[in-house]
Amino acid sequence: MAAITSDNHGLRLVTRYVVLTLIAIIFVFPLIFMVMSSFKPDLQLLRDTSGIRAFLPVGDISLNNYVAAFERAPVALFVFNSVLVTGVTVLLSLLLCSMAAFSFVFLQWRGRNVLLSIIIATLIVPFETIAIPLLLLVSKLPWIGFDGFTIGWLNSYRVQIIPWIADGLTIFLFVQFFKDLPRDLIEASRVEGASWWQIYTKVVMPLSGPVIATAAILKFLVMYNQYLWPLIVVQEETYRPVMVGLQYFFQLNTAWGEVMAYLTVITVPVLTFYLILQRAFIASIASTGVKG
Amino acid sequence: MASKLTTSNRAGWGFALPGFGLLALFIVVPFFFAFFLSLTNQRLISPNPTEFVGLDNYRDLLSISVLSIPPERDDAGQIIRDDDGEPTYARVRTFTRNNPDFPQYAGMREWFRWHSGDTAKVVVATDVVFWKSLRNTLMFVLVVAPVQGALALGLALLINQRLRGINVFRTIYFMPVVVSIVVVSLLWRFLYADDGLLNNILHALSFGLFEGRDWLGDENTALGAIKAMSIWQAVGFHMVIWLSGLQTISPTLYEVASIEGASKWQAFRYVTWPGLRNTAVLVLIVITMQAFALFAQIDVMTNGGPLDSTTTVVFQAVERGYGKQDISGGSTISVILFLIVLSISLIQRYLTREK
Repeated sequence: MAAITSDNHGLRLVTRYVVLTLIAIIFVFPLIFMVMSSFKPDLQLLRDTSGIRAFLPVGDISLNNYVAAFERAPVALFVFNSVLVTGVTVLLSLLLCSMAAFSFVFLQWRGRNVLLSIIIATLIVPFETIAIPLLLLVSKLPWIGFDGFTIGWLNSYRVQIIPWIADGLTIFLFVQFFKDLPRDLIEASRVEGASWWQIYTKVVMPLSGPVIATAAILKFLVMYNQYLWPLIVVQEETYRPVMVGLQYFFQLNTAWGEVMAYLTVITVPVLTFYLILQRAFIASIASTGVKG
Repeated sequence: MASKLTTSNRAGWGFALPGFGLLALFIVVPFFFAFFLSLTNQRLISPNPTEFVGLDNYRDLLSISVLSIPPERDDAGQIIRDDDGEPTYARVRTFTRNNPDFPQYAGMREWFRWHSGDTAKVVVATDVVFWKSLRNTLMFVLVVAPVQGALALGLALLINQRLRGINVFRTIYFMPVVVSIVVVSLLWRFLYADDGLLNNILHALSFGLFEGRDWLGDENTALGAIKAMSIWQAVGFHMVIWLSGLQTISPTLYEVASIEGASKWQAFRYVTWPGLRNTAVLVLIVITMQAFALFAQIDVMTNGGPLDSTTTVVFQAVERGYGKQDISGGSTISVILFLIVLSISLIQRYLTREK
């Protein structure tokens, strides 16, 4: 590197940044277009696509599309449903998957290796291949709730939450992380008379910040972006999440301004969240790469 | 193992059971259930009891055959030709409908045909739409897996240099990954529209030469358009996995290479690429599994059309299992999909094994 003359170096540097920026534009232009269009009336939105104006907040700018979108569909309800389902699933998943992993790594018990092998084997089963039999299964499952004993889980929050709590990848991530924790620490606590539950809550989990963040982010992305599953198990508006709620905007003559407003409402919070925590997001995807 | 860490069956099961129980009930059970259901005529809601039908579902989906149809001849044995001079043929349905001479073709339909000499070779299948979905899915995987993997590696190499502000670019390249594929699909439906952004950009870039086309409405371009969008959306995901692979390569190897006077290409060929071996296997397997699961893009953008040119295996499984409430048909497709994914993963692992 040092041998390169300064002029040449400067030029190369500029070229590099130009290339990087051009690629960045490719990745970001549809999103900028989405946000800008959400403020424009349909006619102008379509006209603006002929030039650079498509990416600029110019012309007749207003929040009318947002007002219309909220009138067309119960947007707030959809957002609430998604946040509820995502939040509860992430929390329960962190709890139950970390407990299972704790047991696999630190406790000795019969059947342990068989169960762990089964869990690892599920990693090669794409959800799409079990969706249809799972649909039949949940339609027959019993439930005891406020209204007594019922059969069938369709059209509910539980059908969107419970099947998604435990998954092979989350358990696997915790297992990998726990394996690297110092075993002496756990043994010492055990000698001092701590129960397994105390070791789990007081010793292991407080040390597990990084893997908790990773597992939470991965689960969050999966849950908030759910589409196929709620599409087939939730027909009632009351329980619909945001991605399925999009169907309200598929019309014969699509009101593109409203569509863009709705897309912006459901996407910008996630993007903001990502931009704030981008290091953690990227680290969590990178850590799935360890599984090879 | 220390004495306090010896067997603790009760605690062990107690901690593992809630998580494992859910995983078993909602992943392992439906997985085996799919195999069982594919041997029945189960429907989502039906007054009739479920019957065991053996391999009928597989036969209905997979039966395929090639029909050789000789050209029609007149009484003198001359081939009858139409106005364009092409030979004429008996219609396929004369073989596939109520023809006692060809019971094996009963109920089949034409998928496509080619000519061998004057004989028409017609591929007929019981379930042409399923075969199309299989072909579309394979075409999707065959293009998306290598292209997305290679582009992601290119981006990772680009991002892996020491430059001020490089993290900003990494953040931007990764951005589409956190956006739902449903949102992306709807957005791109607009970009691909007749009067959409893409046509306008191409029109401007070609100084008006490009006429514009309905990308998703044309059977020749629809699947290609979906491939391009899918690559755009997920390439950042694989870039990050390549990046974590790149960062495991020891910098001293590059120092040695540069002392030895290796060119950039040689450094890549003999240092970087061998170091990325395991990452490459992983990226390829993950992309392949994701690509086989292609569904949301289709559901939002084309619904399988035009003329079944974008229908996919998962789309068919959902359309039958959920849309038509034909659980057994959907499950059969699911089992076939799983077997394909499994065999491709095994082949990829075999081909990329340590020699």
